[in-house]
Amino acid sequence: MLLGPSLAVSAVLFALGVAGVLLRRNAIVIFMCVELMLNAVNLTFVALAQSLGVAGQIFVFFVMAVAAAEAAVGLAIILAIYRHKQTVDLQNINLLKG
Amino acid sequence: MSLTHIVFWTFSALAVVGAAMCITRRSPVASALWLVQTLFSLAALFVVLDAQFIAVLQVLVYAGAIMVLFLFVIMLLNLGRAGPSDLKGPAGLAVATLLGGLLFFQLLRGATPSAAGAPAANVMAQLQQEQGIVGAVARPLFSQYLIPFEITSVLLLAAIVGAVVLAKRKL
Repeated sequence: MLLGPSLAVSAVLFALGVAGVLLRRNAIVIFMCVELMLNAVNLTFVALAQSLGVAGQIFVFFVMAVAAAEAAVGLAIILAIYRHKQTVDLQNINLLKG
Repeated sequence: MSLTHIVFWTFSALAVVGAAMCITRRSPVASALWLVQTLFSLAALFVVLDAQFIAVLQVLVYAGAIMVLFLFVIMLLNLGRAGPSDLKGPAGLAVATLLGGLLFFQLLRGATPSAAGAPAANVMAQLQQEQGIVGAVARPLFSQYLIPFEITSVLLLAAIVGAVVLAKRKL
């Protein structure tokens, strides 16, 4: 039973994902960091499913389906932004800035 | 230290190194490939944690489909060459380190096993011995969680239509 260590590894991966989102400006890399955070949560679900029953693993299944849908739509949005602005650097995408 | 522990800590280290390299590499392609290493290591961790079926899905869906999609978009936009660094300056680095570290310690404090209740016997391994590795996941998926499962198909259809509409130049 590796519940404690698994949750610790998951915490490290989630914190790294958050740091990546804050640190980078490239929209695609930020998107990859979001995927990293989703995976850290999946690790938590699987670790807890080991002692609390199969529901956690079912939930990971749904998280993966939603992540796949999110990746497809998100990358399409990035493609559309690139066509419009010729860049994916978030510094140059500031229409909503006051 | 048993073999399970050795495998667990090896792949944990690989996953954390992959994640750290992913958020610091300048080239998006290098970032994506380091993320693939993290995803594969997580699949190995899932096997250690009695989730073999989820581990296979992780490799097929995440490391296979989603990361290919990412690499495809990177190459379509011609971002493969490492241009000027897109990392934020010292202020951004300080904020990211501070908030990431703060979140890490908060998560770690909340994630001690005592907070999750005393872990009982290994329910998953027992269930897998009774119903098989795939059966243990598939049986509840097609009975108790049937409606969410069906709704997933609608979600995927909406995502396909949305992606085509957004990415197409002129409809």
